[in-house]
Amino acid sequence: MGAVEEEWAVLMRAAMAGDEAAYRAFLTAVTPSIRATARRNLGRFGLGASEAEDVVQDTLLAIHLKRQTWDQDRPIGPWISAIARNKFIDLMRRRGRNAQVPIEDVAESLAAEDSDVTLDNYDVHRMLDNLNEKQRNVVRSLAIEGVSVRQTAERLNMTEGAIRVTLHRAVKALAMIYREQKK
Amino acid sequence: MKTDDLITALVADRAAKPPKPKAAIMAAAAGGAVIAAVLFLSIIGFRNDIAAAVETYRFLFKFVVTLTLAASAIALALQVLRPEASPGRWLWGIAIAPGLLLLAVVAELVVMPSATWMPRLIGTNARVCLTVIPLLSIVPLTAFLWALRQGAPARPGLAGALAGLGAGGIAATLYASHCTDDSPLFVMTWYSLAIGLVTLVGYLAGKRWLAW
Repeated sequence: MGAVEEEWAVLMRAAMAGDEAAYRAFLTAVTPSIRATARRNLGRFGLGASEAEDVVQDTLLAIHLKRQTWDQDRPIGPWISAIARNKFIDLMRRRGRNAQVPIEDVAESLAAEDSDVTLDNYDVHRMLDNLNEKQRNVVRSLAIEGVSVRQTAERLNMTEGAIRVTLHRAVKALAMIYREQKK
Repeated sequence: MKTDDLITALVADRAAKPPKPKAAIMAAAAGGAVIAAVLFLSIIGFRNDIAAAVETYRFLFKFVVTLTLAASAIALALQVLRPEASPGRWLWGIAIAPGLLLLAVVAELVVMPSATWMPRLIGTNARVCLTVIPLLSIVPLTAFLWALRQGAPARPGLAGALAGLGAGGIAATLYASHCTDDSPLFVMTWYSLAIGLVTLVGYLAGKRWLAW
């Protein structure tokens, strides 16, 4: 197991035990590698890197919703790679192509290019369109404006529990957006 | 939505921790089997001569086949729920139960005169077999599909088919204690058809509902 992968595994184990900071660090650490792999795969099929962020966000959503399928005794790299590959194949299918994608090790993907690109480019605009108003308000407040759960609850006149439930439904809805495009 | 914002949303989303998929499979197997058994005992029940039947090899062998099938399907289902799993040669595990059955069929053909082959194959319960096994499979199959939805199978159709095989194996185990046709010739023909049907339903359901 490579050093990168070991580091991801340590973070994810802590995250699964409830450490939110470790979870953020984990998701932030894997993202550039997933992005680099997605770009390379897109290039292989003559598609522009602009679609990479679709794959990245779809992959992050799947990693999140399926995090219990990582067996903590097994290496995490192949698990992430398999999810990323599945989501790339989904993207290709949405484009009406049945892609044969080689199994690539996301942990081996160098993402040096990432440091000098402004993150503003990575905006999947239509993501929020498919949420209902309540979900959109919660996601906008928590994620985009970075307001805490408690303040969001006060602002939207909801309980903290209701905020969490709404957020969870919103996350599931975001994952469904990609699934519905496929059909 | 920016990817960084998405990450913030995911980190904040600690609402409901999904069940662990392996535990879900085991719960589905246990729960599905118990409910199917209760249905079986309250509606159909054991055959009348079961006390005598348990002393015959043919009767007991039916359970060897059906339990082996259920166990191998469940063992494989536990594997394929991980997205990176490549079951590969483990898939041959599914062939153990049919392989055992095939050996029993050969033994049956050797020891029984050829005139009895067809009557033994046709049996007297074919229609009941084809009805009861799929019906008893419904609850276990639904439970397995729910459990596999907690997983992330790379091949949803395969995962669904394994759910069908496992459910069919459980249902056939129960039905075997009711059925008076014990010849391997009967089992090979009608049990296979009934379990095959459940497997096909599982495959189609898997393609539809187990993709993620």
